[in-house]
Amino acid sequence: MSTGKKIKAIKFGILSPEDIRRISVTTIITSDTYDEDGMPIEGGLMDRRLGILEPGQRCPICGNFMSECPGHFGHLELARPVVHVGFIKIIHNLLRAVCRSCGRLLINPRSMKRYLKLLKKLEENWPVLAERLNVHILKKAMKTMTCPHCGERQYKIRLEKPTTFYEERKEGIVRLTPIEVRSRLEKIPDEDVKLVGIDPDHSRPEWMILTVLPVPPIAVRPSILLESGVRAEDDLTHKLVDIVRINERLKENIEAGAPQLIIEDLWELLQYHVTTYFDNEVPGIPPAKHRSGRPLRTLAQRLKGKEGRFRGHLSGKRVDFSARTVISPDPNLSINEVGVPLDIAKILTIPERVAPWNIEELRRYVVNGPEKWPGANYIVRPDGRRVDLRFVKDRKALAETLAPGFVVERHLKDGDIVLFNRQPSLHRMSIMAHAVKVLPGRTFRLNLTVCPPYNADFDGDEMNLHVPQTEEARAEARILMLVQNQILSPRYGGPIIGGLQDYISGAYLLTSKATLLEKRLASDLLATAKYDDALPEPVILSPKVYWTGKQLISLFLPPKLNYSLKANICQKCAVCVKEQCPHDAFVVIRRGRLLAGVFDKKSIGAQVPESVLHRIIKDFGTDAARIFIDNTFRMFTCFLEYRGFTMTLDDVEVPAEATMRIREILEDAYDRVAKLIDAYKKGELEPIPGRTLEETLEMRIMEVLAEARDSAGEVAAEYLYKFNNAYIMARAGARGNILNLTQMAATLGQQSVRGQRITRGYKDRTLPHFKPGDLSAAARGFVERSFKDGLNPIEMFFHAAGGREGLVDTAVRTSQSGYMQRRLINALQDIRVEYDGTVRLTTGDIVQFAYGEDGVDPAKSDHGKPVNIDKVIERVLGHKAVI
Amino acid sequence: MLKKMNIVDHVLVPKHEVLSPGEAAKILKELGIKPHQLPWIKASDPVIVAINAKPGDIVRIIRKSPTAGKTIVYRYVVPG
Repeated sequence: MSTGKKIKAIKFGILSPEDIRRISVTTIITSDTYDEDGMPIEGGLMDRRLGILEPGQRCPICGNFMSECPGHFGHLELARPVVHVGFIKIIHNLLRAVCRSCGRLLINPRSMKRYLKLLKKLEENWPVLAERLNVHILKKAMKTMTCPHCGERQYKIRLEKPTTFYEERKEGIVRLTPIEVRSRLEKIPDEDVKLVGIDPDHSRPEWMILTVLPVPPIAVRPSILLESGVRAEDDLTHKLVDIVRINERLKENIEAGAPQLIIEDLWELLQYHVTTYFDNEVPGIPPAKHRSGRPLRTLAQRLKGKEGRFRGHLSGKRVDFSARTVISPDPNLSINEVGVPLDIAKILTIPERVAPWNIEELRRYVVNGPEKWPGANYIVRPDGRRVDLRFVKDRKALAETLAPGFVVERHLKDGDIVLFNRQPSLHRMSIMAHAVKVLPGRTFRLNLTVCPPYNADFDGDEMNLHVPQTEEARAEARILMLVQNQILSPRYGGPIIGGLQDYISGAYLLTSKATLLEKRLASDLLATAKYDDALPEPVILSPKVYWTGKQLISLFLPPKLNYSLKANICQKCAVCVKEQCPHDAFVVIRRGRLLAGVFDKKSIGAQVPESVLHRIIKDFGTDAARIFIDNTFRMFTCFLEYRGFTMTLDDVEVPAEATMRIREILEDAYDRVAKLIDAYKKGELEPIPGRTLEETLEMRIMEVLAEARDSAGEVAAEYLYKFNNAYIMARAGARGNILNLTQMAATLGQQSVRGQRITRGYKDRTLPHFKPGDLSAAARGFVERSFKDGLNPIEMFFHAAGGREGLVDTAVRTSQSGYMQRRLINALQDIRVEYDGTVRLTTGDIVQFAYGEDGVDPAKSDHGKPVNIDKVIERVLGHKAVI
Repeated sequence: MLKKMNIVDHVLVPKHEVLSPGEAAKILKELGIKPHQLPWIKASDPVIVAINAKPGDIVRIIRKSPTAGKTIVYRYVVPG
């Protein structure tokens, strides 16, 4: 099979005219393609020797059928040479760097010798520096204006985009025809060509001027038969027809001795067509269009860009064994699982080799066939023949013939490892391995805690699923990519998977001091968490037995866990009394028992480093963490369902007294704003250093209004009931914050666009409801009311203006950061950390002597630090170190 | 007129030292590389000029690091 040959190097060069003629099987002599019968014309662009069109025909050149024959090049003798656009810059540089009469490089003979020696040395030892020397020599030669070899005076050579050269002689500006350009390039000796970094053996400079045009095989530009029977030619063929036609006309005119002017016009036209044949997006000339007005897709366009040959076909491919559908949540699945619709499980297959220990099982699958799950879709016999089970009448008989060595392509079943992905795949957690769970329905189901790594939600998101087909791939996926092994993010050294939203509310309410659970409820909760041991001793015995939520949680904490931290509900008191915290905000876990404090975002939250969850993963492993997340989190939601959790209008209702105080604060702020405006108008306002008077006024007003909003919010927060559901969510870190609540209860505050008060709209005013030049709070987007009060139309308009900015920002940011990411990944993709801890390129060149200079894997670190010494001491001693 | 000072004495300039051929060979063997696979530093770099290192030398730089406290890196002096 493989001959064991290895590609050592690839060298690119330019085809010489002789090369082009040599590889050519025919010269193109006519612009006609087909005759009246629809047969390809010999010497035309669709000549059969360039490649065959219909299956069954044999190639007249190589004798192969269509699928084997790669097609063959033809060539076209150009009546006059034309410039190749792709080389225009190099041609321009060379013209400027060589003598117009003797063709030597404009470097004096002594330095030339020196450079040649130096270059030889550099090429051996410092290939990178050799390139730099080439550039240096070229630059130096271009600056010289008198030839050091023959003494000829040099002139400036100007390039008129895209393909015309002018020489600015003292008698006037003269156009250089491609013939002249070519003769100048021909005169450059090989030695001189080497000095500027071109290898004359493979690319002589004059080959950059085309005298012969290669005509690509038909396989490169296939024509398609439309349903109406009309043949539609490829864009390239269209372009080639243009070139051949103009070339014919030019030749005829030259032969007939037509006036110079006409010949030059035609020559120019030929140059245009050849230029657009190579690249139809050259700046400075109109792109060649199809009859319908669509620009032609010529050679450069086929390669360039996202849908081009490189990015579209070589780096990106479509795959089999994959599925895509909408995702929806299922809190009863493990984080390692993914719910796969039955219909998809019946299409995706896994090849399983028949062996004595699985033959009975595989026979069952074969009997079930492709329609009934769990079944099989194909059988591969040892001789490589595939049997499609859809067309087998007696599957029972077939199942009996099954023997070790056969391969059965069976349906996806529970426990199979698959890769699950959501675009954009920005980090490694965007593709993780899950265990299949086949479910009814039409959507992929996933545990809610894996939303953050995928950045997924359920507003219509779709995700992809891939089925690894080999044992090696499955083992690799299971060990390296399984969700539980990806909980710790290398981004910030903390868990990216953890509690969110209702899980946090539930955990908070369950562990709160006020929660006492009767026997029935305690057993129910433990049952949902799959706890199958005896109930612990209740904390309250009389008049009725009660358990606390803290007790139940403790049953799931690793018995050796010692940890303490401040919860999210911490009030940030000046002096922390720790264990005696009156808010129950100091979490204490000793020997796996939650002694004090509530569980909230700081303990179990996703994307929160140094949480209880983080500790569990680091000290007790990912299996412990997965079990903890799967089981206790189900308990949290179960408790929330039992207790009931909702948000009502009453949650943001404040008493009349509070409304009065808020009004006063706002009135006071308006007065102060009015005073500021007054001072400004009288010219009494002191400008802040470095600011204009207007800027000063704006800043002072914004300060006053921001302060008013904050104090109004504080007043509202004071009157809000601390244990209503909305407040609980904000404090526990489940969703929203206090600011959101005050915006609902007290006042929305200043709306801004680009960090400024809203000034846009009409001349000197935002809306026609205000007088021109009105600088007051209300006229510049201050929204006095709260969401609960409701906004008046003007306020609503300002709010929409502020909200729009956010939307535009996200839209702009995603496209920009997407491209930034692409460039970054392309630059870094081949860098890796070697076993000795150094960071190297594929060539073995060193980038860093130790990864990150300290050799620490951030995913395995404690929030960036190699070890968290305080926590180690606490774990060992069972309490904080006293120093 | 400011007194002309030696830049290697400046607090922000980390310690550079030229390795002896023996040391250099040892380092290269440890890393299993050829000299040109080290990161490069130009011979015209002010510190390289100041410590009088020549192209082909290997320089050890000891500097502070926000992650590791102190870190040791090597540079290969190249012409330029």
